[in-house]
Amino acid sequence: MDTIHELTAAYALDALEGDERDRYEVHLSSCAACREELAGFWRVSGSLAHAAGGPAPSPALRSRILVEARRERPNVIPLRRRLALPAAASFAAVAAVAAIGLGLWGTSLSGQLDDIRGDLAGNEGVLAVLSDPSARHVGLSGADGRVVIARSGRAVLVFSNLDRAPAGKTYAIWVIAGGTPLPAGLFDGADTRTVVTVTRPVPDDAIVAVTLENEGGVDVPTGSPLFATPAV
Amino acid sequence: MQSVISCAPPLVRFAVRSERAQPMRTRDFAHLSDEALVALVARHEESALAELYDRIGGIAYGLAFRVLRDESLAEDAVQEAFLALWRSAAATFVPERAKASTWLLTLVHRRAVDLVRREGRRRAEPLEAAPEPAVGSAADSAWLRLERERVQGALRQLPDQQRETIELAYYGGFTQSEIAGRLGEPLGTIKSRMFSGLSRLRDLLDEGAGEEAWTRSTS
Repeated sequence: MDTIHELTAAYALDALEGDERDRYEVHLSSCAACREELAGFWRVSGSLAHAAGGPAPSPALRSRILVEARRERPNVIPLRRRLALPAAASFAAVAAVAAIGLGLWGTSLSGQLDDIRGDLAGNEGVLAVLSDPSARHVGLSGADGRVVIARSGRAVLVFSNLDRAPAGKTYAIWVIAGGTPLPAGLFDGADTRTVVTVTRPVPDDAIVAVTLENEGGVDVPTGSPLFATPAV
Repeated sequence: MQSVISCAPPLVRFAVRSERAQPMRTRDFAHLSDEALVALVARHEESALAELYDRIGGIAYGLAFRVLRDESLAEDAVQEAFLALWRSAAATFVPERAKASTWLLTLVHRRAVDLVRREGRRRAEPLEAAPEPAVGSAADSAWLRLERERVQGALRQLPDQQRETIELAYYGGFTQSEIAGRLGEPLGTIKSRMFSGLSRLRDLLDEGAGEEAWTRSTS
């Protein structure tokens, strides 16, 4: 048992170093046995949390959280804009960090909270999809990559050794259902490992495809897909 | 002129009443599962966020404080986890096999561990006895007390070395390599202690002696 599998316990206890954590999360995306085991270990760490025995928080914390939530609310309401505009920045950051899930929190500590803020969401989504034992894994033709689709329809693209998009270009994700491609996020690609969230749910029988587009993205694909799944 | 003045008092009363209505609306969510609450938080229902905090905030803070031993850092860890859930809107969901509370506590713990490693303030010794965190209703507090006893009872059944390793990692924020260095043991030994200990703990908790007792006592 001296493989990456045995890191499941340490991962559930948050006892891995940052790079081990990243490596393990990538492993999770392809190992159903580890996802199953992690689900059990997370139950245990959740129980340990209940038994931590720290003191009660100051009542001010509750109002601080609610006030801050309300303050941020106007920024997140226009869902359509949120998905369209910051997508490029968000995915670029995700690719740059090249870490799945909460590894990003390490980065957020270096004083770039504002840059990172929007990305937290996407990354937690990644972790959730990749750690879902019932998620389906569908290979992408044309690349060393796959789409991981949770039962909820939320999906994540995982590539190994994907070339960065050329200058002025970006990869665009499409979810094609009923013959209509709908934009589902932009990303630049990282050299060794690229992990990106598909920004719209993937329904049954849809195809997930990736095209190369001009920076900023487009509403409809301008070329044929570089990579695509069969109908999922 | 007269009519304008006579209009004023009802307007003022209305404003006051709508502000007071907030906490009551929170309790409207009292019957919902944690998972349903998270779904509402994802739709930016403030009252759902408040209810979720009332249920889990105390436990989350207790956990963050145990790791960080600092009020202000512990508050930061809890706030960031709750706001991450809030910000992420539709993008966040709970992994299908994890309870929403477990997921949120996982976020809090990850944040607390990252902070404590940055601050270099890790502590291995147990906490002084602390008052129990206030959570929701009296039934919630009773449940939490039993849950703590159940988990502590299970921890006591582990061999000392396994328990020590798990506590240093989860409550102390030490990495497995740091624990190996600290205890003067090979890394492989620590890894397998952690794995065996957590597996044993899972089995003990899944046997659920405590849980059954609780179910019986409330039904």
